[in-house]
Amino acid sequence: MIPELGHFALILALCVSAVMGTLPLIGAQQKRQEWIALARPAAQALFFLVALSFASLAWSFLDNDFSVIYVAEHSNTMLPAIYRFGATWGGHEGSLLLWAFMLSGWSLAVAFFSRTLDDATVARVLAVLGLVSMGLLLFVLVTSNPFARQLPAENGRDLNPMLQDPGLVFHPTMLYMGYVGFAVAFAFAIAALIAGRLDAAWARWSRPWTTAAWVFLTLGIALGSKWAYYVLGWGGWWFWDPVENASFMPWLVGTALLHSLAVTEKRGAFKGWTVLLAIGAFSLSLLGTFLVRSGVLTSVHAFASDPRRGIFILLLLVVVVGASLTLFAWRAPKAAGGGSFGLFSRESLLLVGNVLLIVAAGSVLLGTLYPLFIDALNLGKLSVGPPYFNSVFVPVMVPVVALLAAVPLARWKNADFSDMARRLGWPAVAAVAAAAIVPGLMGGWTLLTVLGVFLATWVAGSTMVQLAPRLKSGMPPASFLGMQLAHLGVAVFIVGITLVGGYQEEKDVRMEPGDTVTVGGYPFKFIGVREVPGPNYTASRGEFEVSRGGKSLRLYPEKRNYFSSAMPMTEAAIDAGFIGDLYVSLGEPLEGQAWAVRVYYKPFVDWIWAGCVLMALGGLCVLSDRRYRASKRAAAAARESLERSAA
Amino acid sequence: MKLRFLLPLALFGVIVAFLAVGLTRDPREVPSPLIDKPAPVFDLPQLAAADQRFTPESMKGRVWMLNVWASWCTACREEHPLLMELSKSKVIPLIGLNYKDQRPDALKTLARSGNPYQLSVHDLDGRVGINYGVYGVPETFLIDKNGVIRHKQIGPITAESWSQTILPLIEKLNQS
Amino acid sequence: MKRILVLLLLACASWIASAKEATPLAEDPVVEQRLIAISEEMRCLVCQNESLAGSRAGLAEDLRRELREMIRQGRSDEEIKTFMVSRYGDFVLYRPPLKPTTWLLWIGPFVLMAGAVAALLIYLRRRRGEEQPAELSNEERERARALLREGEET
Repeated sequence: MIPELGHFALILALCVSAVMGTLPLIGAQQKRQEWIALARPAAQALFFLVALSFASLAWSFLDNDFSVIYVAEHSNTMLPAIYRFGATWGGHEGSLLLWAFMLSGWSLAVAFFSRTLDDATVARVLAVLGLVSMGLLLFVLVTSNPFARQLPAENGRDLNPMLQDPGLVFHPTMLYMGYVGFAVAFAFAIAALIAGRLDAAWARWSRPWTTAAWVFLTLGIALGSKWAYYVLGWGGWWFWDPVENASFMPWLVGTALLHSLAVTEKRGAFKGWTVLLAIGAFSLSLLGTFLVRSGVLTSVHAFASDPRRGIFILLLLVVVVGASLTLFAWRAPKAAGGGSFGLFSRESLLLVGNVLLIVAAGSVLLGTLYPLFIDALNLGKLSVGPPYFNSVFVPVMVPVVALLAAVPLARWKNADFSDMARRLGWPAVAAVAAAAIVPGLMGGWTLLTVLGVFLATWVAGSTMVQLAPRLKSGMPPASFLGMQLAHLGVAVFIVGITLVGGYQEEKDVRMEPGDTVTVGGYPFKFIGVREVPGPNYTASRGEFEVSRGGKSLRLYPEKRNYFSSAMPMTEAAIDAGFIGDLYVSLGEPLEGQAWAVRVYYKPFVDWIWAGCVLMALGGLCVLSDRRYRASKRAAAAARESLERSAA
Repeated sequence: MKLRFLLPLALFGVIVAFLAVGLTRDPREVPSPLIDKPAPVFDLPQLAAADQRFTPESMKGRVWMLNVWASWCTACREEHPLLMELSKSKVIPLIGLNYKDQRPDALKTLARSGNPYQLSVHDLDGRVGINYGVYGVPETFLIDKNGVIRHKQIGPITAESWSQTILPLIEKLNQS
Repeated sequence: MKRILVLLLLACASWIASAKEATPLAEDPVVEQRLIAISEEMRCLVCQNESLAGSRAGLAEDLRRELREMIRQGRSDEEIKTFMVSRYGDFVLYRPPLKPTTWLLWIGPFVLMAGAVAALLIYLRRRRGEEQPAELSNEERERARALLREGEET
């Protein structure tokens, strides 16, 4: 019954989204108030129905209803309850339903938080969101119905053991919140293009939504990286896998968008470029969805692929992105103009950074799709992996990071080079000093470690130089603090990747109980291995003793054999520290009591994710700035500036 | 409409075209670089009689197939009936490369489900398989009269791939 | 004499402590380092999203064994790459070789970067010559005042 309810709710939701996507849009064009007024209630109804559908699916999992095929494929009675819940989005069909749920949630938020916008704009924005929902719901209902039944029901298979981890609860949810959040920026851009009104107001409305989506995406990517680090057993944190790239490209474009919106809002410039970025960020989200679910690229994340699904998503992509870009080509040329600015100014420097970020995203796209291009042209089969991406991405990003420190010091319209150079004097000195000293302390100088330490210190120093004077005269505005925090996060991130990349130590050894191995200066003693049962697995649990900071601690890496899967899963044991992780993972059992063991010392690895968290916190800080809360104060300020310009 | 504003749409169109073609391809398939190259030489013990050896040299002058199989390979069972048909109809000599298998297990499998091979050789450590670029089981190589590899079938031979690709090629090679 | 005794005692003591420093899984750490470096840049053909270094698949173990042998025999990195590519094709290399079919891949990003920055500079120079947006006319100003008043009242 419940699955049928969920299915029916989904069909109703499709109908609502069809109404939401058409009538308010036509109403706004023809100034029909009754149709415009449909937008907000439609968004509410859509959310209610999709939430109901999602809840039915989750309930089917929690209730172990194996007559639902999707539940049977991804769960069983022995799976702990929290993972039965997470399994709702553990497979293709359910994760799409999660997408739809979040899209309806964001649409509801837009309906709710847009009281100060005129109804016609809200109608257009919600209509675009409704159209996207319609496409998504159609896709789910036609090719990926999670409520399909099987009779008789049998006990289920299992959730992929790799997903039976707290990471499942947070990583996909944060990630999808980010992907889907960019749909809002997209909707605002399309609404503005349709209305023929690309102006600073549109940028101001878009900004908080874009920032929120960006925060979620940053956290989602960071969580995925951290999850891979501890669950895959060899301590890597980024593989340039196609699906990782699929999430990274929207992030790069989203970052460019955030900064471009700032210019459009303040100076009315770059309107066409910003709109294009807004379309681009969401298009890349959709493209990512296609890449993961169509079977077109090999990836560790790929869901089971079905050519029908691939064709449908491609059609969705063509319709959504094709229509947007056509609209862009038609309407954007009319929106020229905006404030003028000098060749060396904050605007132009931001634009340079923007362009470089897009080049970086473009390079990632090129590398990800290149094997497909070559294959499609019958020129053979190629692999493009980490060596390529690292060689190309780093050189493109170096100027971006260097700019990051300088641009906030540049003035609008006309930047004063000598003033900037003076203020950046001591960060430059600090950066050179750090680049000379730190690699030496860590173990040696290489081009990458010197460059990394230099850039990180350069950015951090610039942040200090900007913060110090402002803090002296009281609490600076939240948006300023947020920017500094986010930029500082970048510096912290760079410290992490530079030091762990340059100085990590790894030993792959054969150990018998009683043996020790020294890695990173820490002696690890192997005590032994015990068999330990789990709820739906049996594990070989190793015990290691290591002393750190004067204390002796125990690490318990496991090798789990899940009842449902032939491949054993490694659970690494990690002792996280401020300046480094101790990481132990069990390999295979050898003869007698011996085991193959991998021991790693990962210096500063947690700074990678700490940096990402700082970036997200910076974004949250910016969001809390009251400039974005429409208020009487803002209206009064606008009136004031109008009077002033008249005088 | 200024032309440069159409650039994003044009670029998108190009990408979509490639993605559409990509839907018809299998990204996991690894084509062999050994096509039209001489079959790597080897000298392996036979599966049934360990004291007797076999080398591809002895097949020179004939078109033949080398089929990589193992007792632990479940996909091999799919093509087994077709291979039995082939051996009965004597269309082409079939030599088996028993890959990373234990001799007793392999012999038991042949006894149980039938032996379509003229003979099988035993590649215990998989070295010969590596030389042939084997990355999965089953795989089949079509080798011509001069010992040159002309075709590699990745995965089980299906009725379709047999009638549409392999058999015509065999006929063509037999005529030359 | 005493010194010899002390040394002997120490020798016995270290022999008695049977718990020892773990032996590296590989016999020769130098060979292993090279193996890891080379195999990290290669794709495992079975688990196609892992490198040859990290994969635990049977074929990966066999291939690592072959590579280890070749390193011990003193073969160069180039020879080892050729060995793999002649059997499995370019697909096995994570670093695509530079050949005409990959020029676009390797050079593309840098050409794009240079081109984009150049186009940007041209655009910025041209833009400076354009007109500023017009000031508001009196009529438009009145309309703006009215709208703002309206907004404040809601």
